[in-house]
Amino acid sequence: MSERPVAGDKGFEPRIVAFFCNWCTYTAADLAGTARMAYAPNVRIIRLMCSGRLDPQFVLAAFRHGADGVLIGGCHPGDCHYQEGNYKALRRYLLLKRLLREMGIEEERLRLVWISASEGDRVQKVANEFTETIRRLGPLRLAPRPGMIRLPAAAQPEPQPAAREGVLP
Amino acid sequence: MRAHEIYPNGGPRIGVYVCHCGFNIAGKVNVREVVEFAKTLPFVVVAREYKFMCSDPGQEMIREDVREHRLDRVVVAACSPSLHEATFRRALEQAGQNPFFFQMVNIREHVSWVTEDPREATEKAKALVAAAVRRVIFHEPLQRRRVPVKDRVLVVGGGIAGIHAALTLADAGKHVYLVEREPTIGGHMAMFDKTFPTLDCAACILTPKMSQVAAHPNITLWTYSEVIQVEGFVGNFRVRVRRKPRYVIEELCVGCLQCIDACVYKDARFPDEFNLGLGKRKPIYIPFPQATPRVVLIDPETCIWFKTGKCKQTCLEACERAAIDFKQQERIEEIEVGAIILATGFKTFDARRIPEYGYGKYPNVYTALEVERLVNASGPTGGEVRLRDGRIPKRVGIIHCVGSRDERFNRYCSRVCCMYSLKLAHLIKERTGAEVYNFYIDMRTPGKGYEEFYDRLLQEGVHFIRGRVAEVTDWAITPDEEGKLIIRVEDTLVGAVRRIPVDMVVLAVGLEPQPDADEVRRMFNISCSKEGFFLERHPKLAPVSTFTDGIFLAGACQGPKDIPDSVAQAGAAAAEALALIDKGFVELEPNTAYIVEALCSGCKTCIGLCPYNAISFDEARMIAVINEALCKGCGTCVAACPSGAARQHLFEDAQIFQEIEGVLAYV
Amino acid sequence: MSKPKVAFYWCASCGGCEEAVVDLAEEILQVVEAVEIAFWPVALDFKREDVERLADGELVATFINGAIRTSEQAEMAHLLRAKSQILIAFGSCSHTGGVPGLANLYDREEILRYVYEEAPSVINPQRVRPEERIEVDEGMLTLPSFWGAVQTLDQTVEVDYYLPGCPPPVGLIRSALQALLSGNLPPKGSVLAPDVALCAECPRKPTKPERLALKELKRPHQVLIDPETCLLAQGLLCLGPATRSGCGAACITGNMPCTGCLGPTSRVLDGGAKALSAVASILDATGEAEIERILEGIPDPVGLFYRYSLPASLLYRRVGNGERAREGRSS
Repeated sequence: MSERPVAGDKGFEPRIVAFFCNWCTYTAADLAGTARMAYAPNVRIIRLMCSGRLDPQFVLAAFRHGADGVLIGGCHPGDCHYQEGNYKALRRYLLLKRLLREMGIEEERLRLVWISASEGDRVQKVANEFTETIRRLGPLRLAPRPGMIRLPAAAQPEPQPAAREGVLP
Repeated sequence: MRAHEIYPNGGPRIGVYVCHCGFNIAGKVNVREVVEFAKTLPFVVVAREYKFMCSDPGQEMIREDVREHRLDRVVVAACSPSLHEATFRRALEQAGQNPFFFQMVNIREHVSWVTEDPREATEKAKALVAAAVRRVIFHEPLQRRRVPVKDRVLVVGGGIAGIHAALTLADAGKHVYLVEREPTIGGHMAMFDKTFPTLDCAACILTPKMSQVAAHPNITLWTYSEVIQVEGFVGNFRVRVRRKPRYVIEELCVGCLQCIDACVYKDARFPDEFNLGLGKRKPIYIPFPQATPRVVLIDPETCIWFKTGKCKQTCLEACERAAIDFKQQERIEEIEVGAIILATGFKTFDARRIPEYGYGKYPNVYTALEVERLVNASGPTGGEVRLRDGRIPKRVGIIHCVGSRDERFNRYCSRVCCMYSLKLAHLIKERTGAEVYNFYIDMRTPGKGYEEFYDRLLQEGVHFIRGRVAEVTDWAITPDEEGKLIIRVEDTLVGAVRRIPVDMVVLAVGLEPQPDADEVRRMFNISCSKEGFFLERHPKLAPVSTFTDGIFLAGACQGPKDIPDSVAQAGAAAAEALALIDKGFVELEPNTAYIVEALCSGCKTCIGLCPYNAISFDEARMIAVINEALCKGCGTCVAACPSGAARQHLFEDAQIFQEIEGVLAYV
Repeated sequence: MSKPKVAFYWCASCGGCEEAVVDLAEEILQVVEAVEIAFWPVALDFKREDVERLADGELVATFINGAIRTSEQAEMAHLLRAKSQILIAFGSCSHTGGVPGLANLYDREEILRYVYEEAPSVINPQRVRPEERIEVDEGMLTLPSFWGAVQTLDQTVEVDYYLPGCPPPVGLIRSALQALLSGNLPPKGSVLAPDVALCAECPRKPTKPERLALKELKRPHQVLIDPETCLLAQGLLCLGPATRSGCGAACITGNMPCTGCLGPTSRVLDGGAKALSAVASILDATGEAEIERILEGIPDPVGLFYRYSLPASLLYRRVGNGERAREGRSS
């Protein structure tokens, strides 16, 4: 089901999921677009309202579903749109890195960056750098996990219980 | 996913729309391929492309499909949601569907504009569309929250922008709090003699507006005051303002100024801030004759009573209204407003940062703002352009782009310097008959009547030398240069290095953000652009809005601006604020957190995390409860809830998990 | 009328789950009264052939405890699945991998090398390792193959219900049996424990402060634990907020923090990640250095957050040094 483009003969193309705060890094990525600052197409951006919404489950799910690297973008310390969500993100990130280390996953595969809404050029730089870092590390060789991953119940208790089950590739 | 197994009764019906945005998207992304791909995704009933989805026919396409194909989910792949999410949600609503059964895919800013290879761009667009389709299946119908709005507006900054915004709102019948840090309103404009290009007298157009502010029944004017805290959200901001003591009771002072005459200091001997130190004042003073409010103040740094505790207090005796109060303390005012307009202005570039121009070293090097005071009839010289030693200059050089368009300092053009340099050149020539030289990189005169003004100066015989000045020096090498300042410049039109001896150098300093712009933006929870000016929500479509709803920008705090632009922007900000508060309510994005009560164990993990104290512990039921009115939807409690009882509308775990799987399934 | 047949089986486990069944005390007599135990190798002498002889679905219910690590365990799981109408994963190990699941932090070779060569109690100069097949005079001897990783029961066969816990609390076993006997069962796939976290039934709940901000993390052996106060409030990482209730807060009553054996609630995809998030969230620090200092109090994040659930977690096992996860698997 996953077809990966063969763009030239570049070999390994990292898959990167980026969780960006709506107010800073996501907007900066918009700005990078407006300024036509091209960067590695490997980065797939998912919008959150705040880096504080980042549930460590999202990071692990991204790795499980095939991400080779995960990027988190939040507001600079002291600048959180919601006062201090970014500090919570920082704490989760640092603990998550310790977990990854113990699980044999290179820490560099998870990166937290502070990028303000005006720093479109930093989005470009970070996206390119991070893609190169992951390219150097190579694919994340996570052991295939047997069985189904049962997604947790959605907000509505019904009517779609079965839809929550995603089958692993 | 196998559609029929999951939804025996048919399941959701999704429409996917891929926008070309002219060539903006279609020039890079193979839109047809994305559409064909979308058709293969589960539950997708229709997938279409269109030149401009945001246009009327584009929206109509969605509305028609919703009716005809009974669509209950819509995905639009186009620009950033910050631009058109609202547009498409409205289209859904018009078609009778809940507007939140919608997901936008950003394939312009995040794909076509930032990807070089068309193949890769197309694949990325497909991955993002796949993610949105998977996500939207899990969307739920939501209602926007309606919150009542306070009928009052806070305007921060009493320059021309703040004054104009405040008056516009006050004239519309809204109550305005105008807070100004300095003892008087008027801002930079009050320092000017004339304004370009019409050369109207700045005071003649500004001071009536200042008095109007002071007299307006709908305006509460707090000068010598600063905002110290802002809480709340659009429609309901709670603001604390510190009112610094001026040691004169504002309500009692009538501005007769007898106290100033009576001061034990017979002569004014302290540098006068309003005249940039070119003039002198006493410890008890009024910044300038038309200061508004017309209330004196005492500077405790120079007042002998505050310094030594010993003074005859002749000012106190002189005041018939007993308005002087040496014991006055600062006061904190608390107000509630529905909208806030920031008009905090700019500061000028510190010319000392370019030592080769000699500011601060050679007494006859002036900044443009100082010269504004010299040419001003109510300035320290009564409008006569005299050097510090009293001489009248015979040759004057005006150096443009000081601190602007300079890699070392600010790359941007300050927009006003060319024009004010022309104005000062005209005024100096008019007052002194001096030869005036302008040293410029490019003349930038793109405004109504601006180019004509430049022409007029050319006619008047003002000299223009194209080239960035290398140095201002007093090192004479010819007898002609003795006792003069020599401006060294490469004249790029002549192709030669020239030395122009002058008596007076005027530095056309650029405009910079206020030094405390960063603290101010944090207090108001808005962003700054790279140069440090406040960041507008969108440079074209929302130029006076910020990313924080209910907070608007006016004037040069958003970027260098001349008076006409500042006033225009102030009017726009006032209109935005008016539109907001006049409606009486705001509709908030329903992305609030909520707790599924039956599932909450009452572990209290979330309670301390909420920055808005929106979560409390219900002692009777022993669970956490979220006050939706206080929740701003950051979702930090949701991420932290260890048992998954806290959730967030529009950002449900299931929706995000689907998005994660989606972006990865089709890389 | 013949009594409904049930079976009990164990895979990679410690035997504690069997004890838990016995902990039903006299009530076990009522169970025996109501059902016929068709297979329970720990307690009664049955052979695999006894199961093979049964018709498919002849067993009304089978309780399997223990994780799956060997080919034999998997074969028995498949066999019992086929013979049973209802298959219940009994205990943490079969539910989420359990303590044996922590072996997923090591690869197969590391484990074999340690157990047969490096462990202090081992003397094995020839470095003899067990062979799956060995030819002797009497014929071919075989051993089950030892898989590359531990997996849960539902990663091996389809599971109908889960009875969580290490071991499952007697109260939960009792109500599960009652539900089973009365036929009053929840939807398939359910975990037979309350879907609310442990704090709901914790006797120390009233002592938990509304705003918890930890400057220091402590481990039980480092401090004298106050027997009344919320353990988190004492800086001890109690996983009660992230763990299902149903045990009556047994460990906390014994003055020990909850270690999470009942697993997460149904809304959580990865219990360890959620617990990690909650713990990180309530730390009282904003600077990186200070946060790292506090986090030194968690020397083994996997052991803390995934003590019972590493195989069920999203990451499943440690990313090894190139050894394939399923190496050694015979099927």
